[in-house]
Amino acid sequence: MSLPVLDQLQQHFAVASRGIQHGVLVFELDPDALVSTVQQLRDAFGFDLFLDVTAVDWPDAALRFEVVYHLYSTIHKVRVRLKLRVSGKAPVVDTLISLYGSAHYMERECHDMYGIRFRGNPDLRPILLYEGFVGHPLRKDYPKQQEQPLVPYLPPQGALVR
Amino acid sequence: MYGKRLPIVDAAGSPAAQASGGSTHTKHATFEYLTTRKDELVGWARKFSLFPYPFVTACCAMEFMAVSASAYDTDRFGAALPRFSPRQADLLMVVGTVTQKQAPILLKVYEQMCEPKWVMAFGVCASTGGFYQNYASLPGIDRIIPVDIYVPGCPPRPEMVIDGIMRLQEKIANGRHPIVNERF
Repeated sequence: MSLPVLDQLQQHFAVASRGIQHGVLVFELDPDALVSTVQQLRDAFGFDLFLDVTAVDWPDAALRFEVVYHLYSTIHKVRVRLKLRVSGKAPVVDTLISLYGSAHYMERECHDMYGIRFRGNPDLRPILLYEGFVGHPLRKDYPKQQEQPLVPYLPPQGALVR
Repeated sequence: MYGKRLPIVDAAGSPAAQASGGSTHTKHATFEYLTTRKDELVGWARKFSLFPYPFVTACCAMEFMAVSASAYDTDRFGAALPRFSPRQADLLMVVGTVTQKQAPILLKVYEQMCEPKWVMAFGVCASTGGFYQNYASLPGIDRIIPVDIYVPGCPPRPEMVIDGIMRLQEKIANGRHPIVNERF
């Protein structure tokens, strides 16, 4: 892959570039530089589609959560991946809703599943989970089979009792 | 599979001659009677008049469509016409995975159905939760509503569904059917 836009990007953000992994150019950012970097990617390089924000939980790392963004350029037909690390105690990153409207929902999902708080997002209600759910199910320390039923369970019935 | 033959007797109470029994059926001036218990009669009527409510949440829906369509044809068992209002249905077919978030909706649909009502767990997710054992999915709908017939499989073959319907019909035919009160 030697698209001109990627070469320009690599020169521009040379310090934090991780090169091309799995066919996608990867940048590692400082959390403080997120909004300005994404704004530059959107305005100067044409990354106009916000694909996803998710996270990776590394339980033993000093900075436990890796927040991962994917952007796509519908002009150049290329993707870019941004990674930044936040601590496990209070995982906070800045919101991107001022740049991409679709960030509203995706940040809500990321907050549901990993408990990452997005500073500036006014609506972090549960979107896939439900009100009253305790914890964040995709964190590594969430018990794998723990259920939080909304309807109280019946005692085991005929077919279950042997 | 469909239970006992109903005995047909003539006015005097002796068994009416069968057409295939060798002796020719002679006509009498009197009517012939059907002697049976009330439960047996009502069960016989009800088992061929199942109105399913398809509570369809996941990929088993494809198999539900296949078993409803002309090739396998659940109309043969009187269970063809889906009612999309639970108040008009008497068989709740839960087809697919039910999540914890969906469970209150399933309970409300079940409670809206009028008696008599039966529940079929269609597929392994509705029966036991299947391979989902996590925060999101309900481990079998029998944790929240009573289930009459379980059809495992991921998805079940149409033959298994038809077998399930026939076993449910057998259960209905042999069951108690209080109509007026508990004694009748």
